[in-house]
Amino acid sequence: MSHVESVEYVKLLNRYTEKSSALGTLYLTATHLIYVEQNNSTRKETWVLHHHIASIEKLPLTASGCPLLIRCKTFQLLHLLFQRERDCQEVYQSLLRLSQPVKEDELYAFLYNPNQNEEDRRRGWEFINVANDFSRMGLSNEHWEISHLNKNFEICSTYPSILGFPKSASVATVTGSAKFRSRGRLPVLSYYHKDTKAAICRCSQPLSGLNSRCVEDEQMLQVIRQANPNCPFIYVVDTRPKLNAMANRAAGKGYENEDNYSNIRFHFQGIENIHVMRNSLQKLLEVCSMKSPSMSDYLTGLENSGWLRHIKSVMDAGVFLAKAVCEERASVLVHCSDGWDRTAQVCSLACILLDPYYRTIKGLMVLIEKEWISFGHKFSYRCGHLDTDPKEVSPVFTQFLECVWQLSEQFPCVFEFNERYLIEIHNQVYACQYGNFIGNCQKERLEMRLHEKTFSLWPHLLENQHQYRNPLYRRSVESTVLRPSTLPLHFKFWCGMYNHYDRGMHPKQSVLDQLLSLTKKQVEGERTMTELQRQLAVADGVLPDPSGPINTPAEQDSPSEKTPTAPVVQSNGSCAPLINGDTEEVGPGAEKCNEKEGAEPTATEHDLTSSKDKPVSVETEHSKEEVQESH
Amino acid sequence: MELSEHIKTANVEDVTLRRPFHPALRGTLCVTSHHLLFSDRKDEASWQLLILLRNIDAIEKRTMGSSGTITIKCKDLLVLQLEIPGMEECLNIASSIEALSALESVTETYPFFYRPSHLNLHGPWGLSSTEQYYKQTERLWDRWRVSTVNSDFSVCPSYPRAVIVPREVDDEKLVQSARFRQGGRFPVLSYCHLRNGMVIMRSSQPLTGANRKRCKEDELLLQAVIDGSELGYIIDLRSAQQAQQARMTGGGFESKSCYSYWKRIHRHHERGKVLQESLIKLVEACSDPSHSVDRWLSKLENSKWLSHVHSALSTAGLVVECVERDGHSVLVHGSEGTDSTLLVSSLAQLILDPASRTLTGFLCLLERDWIQAGHPFQQRCAHSAFSHARLKQECPSFLLLLDCVWQVWRQFPLALEFSEALLLRLAQEVYASNYGTFLCNNEQERCAAGVKENTHCLFQSLLSPNIEEQYLNPLYEPTDLAIWPSVHPQSLQLWTGLFLRWTEYAQNMEEAREEMWSIMKEHREKAGPDRTNKTPSTHCDTLTPFENLMDELTIL
Repeated sequence: MSHVESVEYVKLLNRYTEKSSALGTLYLTATHLIYVEQNNSTRKETWVLHHHIASIEKLPLTASGCPLLIRCKTFQLLHLLFQRERDCQEVYQSLLRLSQPVKEDELYAFLYNPNQNEEDRRRGWEFINVANDFSRMGLSNEHWEISHLNKNFEICSTYPSILGFPKSASVATVTGSAKFRSRGRLPVLSYYHKDTKAAICRCSQPLSGLNSRCVEDEQMLQVIRQANPNCPFIYVVDTRPKLNAMANRAAGKGYENEDNYSNIRFHFQGIENIHVMRNSLQKLLEVCSMKSPSMSDYLTGLENSGWLRHIKSVMDAGVFLAKAVCEERASVLVHCSDGWDRTAQVCSLACILLDPYYRTIKGLMVLIEKEWISFGHKFSYRCGHLDTDPKEVSPVFTQFLECVWQLSEQFPCVFEFNERYLIEIHNQVYACQYGNFIGNCQKERLEMRLHEKTFSLWPHLLENQHQYRNPLYRRSVESTVLRPSTLPLHFKFWCGMYNHYDRGMHPKQSVLDQLLSLTKKQVEGERTMTELQRQLAVADGVLPDPSGPINTPAEQDSPSEKTPTAPVVQSNGSCAPLINGDTEEVGPGAEKCNEKEGAEPTATEHDLTSSKDKPVSVETEHSKEEVQESH
Repeated sequence: MELSEHIKTANVEDVTLRRPFHPALRGTLCVTSHHLLFSDRKDEASWQLLILLRNIDAIEKRTMGSSGTITIKCKDLLVLQLEIPGMEECLNIASSIEALSALESVTETYPFFYRPSHLNLHGPWGLSSTEQYYKQTERLWDRWRVSTVNSDFSVCPSYPRAVIVPREVDDEKLVQSARFRQGGRFPVLSYCHLRNGMVIMRSSQPLTGANRKRCKEDELLLQAVIDGSELGYIIDLRSAQQAQQARMTGGGFESKSCYSYWKRIHRHHERGKVLQESLIKLVEACSDPSHSVDRWLSKLENSKWLSHVHSALSTAGLVVECVERDGHSVLVHGSEGTDSTLLVSSLAQLILDPASRTLTGFLCLLERDWIQAGHPFQQRCAHSAFSHARLKQECPSFLLLLDCVWQVWRQFPLALEFSEALLLRLAQEVYASNYGTFLCNNEQERCAAGVKENTHCLFQSLLSPNIEEQYLNPLYEPTDLAIWPSVHPQSLQLWTGLFLRWTEYAQNMEEAREEMWSIMKEHREKAGPDRTNKTPSTHCDTLTPFENLMDELTIL
């Protein structure tokens, strides 16, 4: 692979003040774009993962040089200025290729090794198990069972192998219903609400066309209804606008005819499709990157983007589901067209409203693994991991994360995690550093052998969970169903996400950092305890000795761990100390009164720094349990 | 006419009270000279709601058959409904409220009757004064003096008796300068930056008029402010065009040729009626039940409230830039010098001066730069956002200040010693209060009415033990640096604490606040016993002001 490796005298333009633009050197490694600012006193690095680059645009030549605008999927904007046009062109060409891999095995996750052995890898992948969540809900029980009918993905290729069905659903009903649903995505259990015995089920649109019927599908809905003794009807929620659903009828698809299904209550929810959402985000980002907008420009732009309107439509649908389940004790069947975008948003949001477990750090992982990854949200297509159809790209998952954030703004004490957790998950979805979000469905992931070739993100997040904690989290109120207000004035622009890299816009002092630093000591104490227990267990021979000593910072100091094929940077020899320097910026209280700050280092950088002095936490988690058992 | 003559029906039984997010209650309604009192009929643990009639901004009555409904819209943005059996009773109550909520005479208002036993009328009144500020600020002693040229309020009726002016300018010159400024508001010192001795002055516009009149004494006064340093900045809170137009009506601006050491910068700020209408539109938008996001954003934009917040903070930032970064003195004025002038100069102080970020310091700042400086509270706060009355002199300048302070607090949550609760309490007290602090339009009127002798001081009461702690910020960590707020539109937000005060949202925020207190309390207990006394009582009166007023009523 040949590409330009470094260019000197590149300017990184500051969006707001021309004066404070930096001069430095640009490096392109196999995985990252690295910009090193070289002042006399300070050296600042900006790392951008190639996978995070959304678009590269050559702007018209100016008197001061050749500008290149790089837009990132993390909403970072880099405005570079080259002295020579040839450099600009070469960097442009190289980045085009580097940021749009063609084949899966070019993705970062297949190179990345977070210094773990095979055993760690296996445990990491087993850490979140969707089947366990069904047990947590109390399933199987007298009404519902967990079925392996789809274990070879024969009934539905984009569903997981484990599915929840009403106990009284026969195999014929299941297979018949699958044939009547778009892409075989038949009605299956998404969430079972123990208290009311009501269930949320999900599927794709029926192939009803203008007047087709399917007895098995009608039976399927009937057995779902009968599985809930508390309510004589079920809601069928089509999350699309009515017009879209009607248009689908002409193509042999459509929605349930209330005359053909007994005791259903049918509702449209009016969430727009992926194309509308993509365009809306585009407009929102234009507002975010306006140079110095007036308040009116900004508010008008925000309105015209329609973004918050769409966020509200998702939230409204989620609230509808939660209300039906907890207030009317009714089961709900949800679908959109294919049942992997809007359906995933709405079902997972309803889960968060209904069940406090999903508001915890681990619970959110389970929820994402269940409703999004296993049910075939097409992460590869929607995130544009590879050079594929740009019309498949859409910020559906981002919208879900934003809905969670909007809830956390209304209910500051009910989530175990803070905003940074959501933003980190968002960055990781696009980073392709871990295998979780690669591929479009479980079948594809198995074929790619992701569990053997890549690592799971979740243990890594759990290891760093102290920085994702919400210090205001109150266990005492956790058991309640959330009833958010959906008045428009409660929907706010999420500056922390869409203007994340514009540090000047954020509060200059952070309540979160302050509270976290107060509670940190306590947490550290607990960690030390866990570690001591683990070491004791090793000494006692209860646990196998891990491959190396626990605290081995030296091992990870070399940047080659992170960028195995990085050509230029190591020879420079400055990587490690610079990364150390950056921790200061991340640390609590460091932002005090600093008006201008450089771009934040990318997530990967944090990872390296923060993992230096910490043991792998899956291990500690497991060992904790094992130690307790052994006593 | 005695106040009681306005009351034709004093008591009605079987009234139904509806409040947002609370179940309806049945009980007895009483009207007194100053209050509306509703008490729940349940005998044990009876619940009472007490509203100061002064707090009522508008009422709407609707009769249906033999009963009537009165909707009460308060100046603190609470909206209530009372269903009253009996048409006549309903109309009587409504007319009593209308008459008694808009008393003209200051001495008839409630602060003159409020006599709780735990407060003493002979105690100290107020926290600060010109003289005290001068005494505390050693840096001023050399070049500045306290002038009592206005001791009988004859030079400037809206200034306090004492003002700080350059030492070398004698009282006679001040009198001349006052004649050359609208309302006699000649340039006086508002703030001295200790780090470099630069000052913030404020005044009203010069009366240059169409003929470009000059006033030598006024020019000398401003030259004395500069005193040898090369340059000062005049921040004129009008657009250049507006300042030009002002000349046609006798006003004007400091021309370059006459004030050669001063550089003038124009920043347009809305005032008066426009601001009041902005508040009305915003409150209307917040209570719009429609579920359209587009409509909400369009109404929010259309109200322009956030644009006003934006301009106030930007201009205050500009003043700070002149004083702190560039080391120049600043004169701030608009036209009358009683609204945006005070807004900008006090915000600049909050950003610059660590002393004004403490609870006491902030209240002193408000006292000196708003109350004593002659912001006409009585005129500006006669009505709030709901009133249908024709606008006269109403203008939410002070509310805008509180909103801007809230924005600063949101961006620097550790830098202010006081909390949002204080801002909310002030937003309420400024429109309707048991205390005399915000009465009248200036010191002269307060003296004439005997406010200090006959009412209690709000600020003294806020600082009294057990009450003060409700208004402290648990995260406070003093910093000596200037705290520059960002004025990107993305950095400014709707002040939900105020504008969504009576929704469920406020309860969730209160929970978060309590949680934060308990974390801090736990932390401080670990850190050492000396700071543990700084934790609040669990009861907070700011979100439920009625209960608080109740305690005080029982003493009556």
